[in-house]
Amino acid sequence: MNVLLDVVDVTVNFGGVNALQGVSFQVRDGELLSLIGPNGAGKTTMLKAITGVVNPQNAKIRLDGRDISRMPTHRRAQLGLALTHQIVRPFRSMTLLDNVTLAAGHQRIRSVFRSMVAVNRDPEHQKAAVLLQLVGIDDHAGQTVTGQPLGVLKRLEVARALALKPRLLLLDEPLAGLNHIEAERLADTLVQINARGLTVVMIEHNLGEVLRISQRLVVLDNGRKIADGIPDQVMRMDEVRAAYVGKEKQHAAS
Amino acid sequence: MLIYELSLATVVCINIIQAIGLNLITGYCGQISLGHAAFYGIGAYTTALMAKAGFPGPVNLMAAMLLSGSVGAVVGLTSLRVREDFLAITTMGVGFLFLGIVRQQERFLGGELGISSIPSFGLGKPGFFGLTLILVILTAAFSLYLKKTWMGFAFEAVADDEDTARVLSVNVSAYKLVAFALGTAMAGLAGGLYCYFARFIVPDDFGFITSISVLSMVAVGGIGSVYGVILGTVLLTLMPDFFRFISDYKLFVYGALLFAVMRFAPEGLAGLPALVSAKVARTGGAP
Repeated sequence: MNVLLDVVDVTVNFGGVNALQGVSFQVRDGELLSLIGPNGAGKTTMLKAITGVVNPQNAKIRLDGRDISRMPTHRRAQLGLALTHQIVRPFRSMTLLDNVTLAAGHQRIRSVFRSMVAVNRDPEHQKAAVLLQLVGIDDHAGQTVTGQPLGVLKRLEVARALALKPRLLLLDEPLAGLNHIEAERLADTLVQINARGLTVVMIEHNLGEVLRISQRLVVLDNGRKIADGIPDQVMRMDEVRAAYVGKEKQHAAS
Repeated sequence: MLIYELSLATVVCINIIQAIGLNLITGYCGQISLGHAAFYGIGAYTTALMAKAGFPGPVNLMAAMLLSGSVGAVVGLTSLRVREDFLAITTMGVGFLFLGIVRQQERFLGGELGISSIPSFGLGKPGFFGLTLILVILTAAFSLYLKKTWMGFAFEAVADDEDTARVLSVNVSAYKLVAFALGTAMAGLAGGLYCYFARFIVPDDFGFITSISVLSMVAVGGIGSVYGVILGTVLLTLMPDFFRFISDYKLFVYGALLFAVMRFAPEGLAGLPALVSAKVARTGGAP
């Protein structure tokens, strides 16, 4: 399989803290890869470095062979990177439908001057409605964001990211805060989306769902990559257990 | 008497154009500006100098818009670096910078004495009022149209959460610059009209007080709502004239109104019906 995303030697320092130290990994076209590791391992920072929200001290990031390391965030989004936030960030002044419609209109707002003469929003409204249906929140479409349950907003994040028609979908803890049934349903939706050919990279702490749906795992700990491979093998590695399960036990004990 | 009312109506129109411009920057795109009067002033001085040099009125107004809009886009560059309260202070600084320049520059800009005996636009008072009225309608129509376009949609996203807008492929910097350029061009137009209306301009016409007054008109009317802004501007412009005693305390009243709106009705006059109906619904109609 082709390499869709090639991440080489990403280093990010926040003041004196090394959030990521020389992490490299590849994402192949069409796969569903999970980025896991204990809290503070640098997973979210990695997704932010890939999308350009965080500026790494050092990094070489290629999307489909094209170097995107120095591009601003909106350019990377135009080239096909979509990110959902761990803490949901809907546009609170808009309805759910409009949240997705804006993203669906990414071609219309690409040129500032053409956006000034484009008025019709119907095709994008229709696309947005289809996506809301895909993630199962179409009955909330016309409502405002305020007061929506977290499960709906998490799905809205996914629908909005999909509306960008991305090459690569980056999900930051899409299942966090959802109950068991909601998490399973959204995980199934993600598998469906992936099966349609969209490459997915997901950060997730819900190990049960991660192991159920991921084709490959990359494990980070303390800003370093400690493992990379198919889920069964990775979870059997001592280093992963020590970092991941060991710390979970420490957390449980404290 | 009619002359007085005609003058007042012309001033209202000029203020509306200025306020609609600020509303584009602050209401549509979410970027605060405390230096809007500087662009009003750039428009007025450009028009004054060109009119005295003998250029025709329409050309001068166009030039006022162009120059104000260009300087506005440059000032907009600061909005790419700083946000919210820092942007407020930076734009305030731009306002004072403008004042400093026109006060000190005596040879071309007349220093403290300003520029006087500016030629007339040539339409007579009623004709000039007609022109400003047409320009108000055009500005308001353009502003309402913009809200419906994809540009207006992108502005909404930038105003709501610019980091998220970026992740959704919105070129936030470009949209901010366009908002600044358009909004300040409108201020330039208003300045040009003011110059022809007063035919005598001094630096103080374009000071910090003017910036705050316009911001009050926008905020009292309802940030983001074109109709609200028009209503707010009409009210705040006429109030000191109808109630003479307010005139001496104009700034005090504007300040109090600004505070009251921010505290009790953040969406301004335009948001009042919704606010009242929500309150009625909450209390079940009980007083």
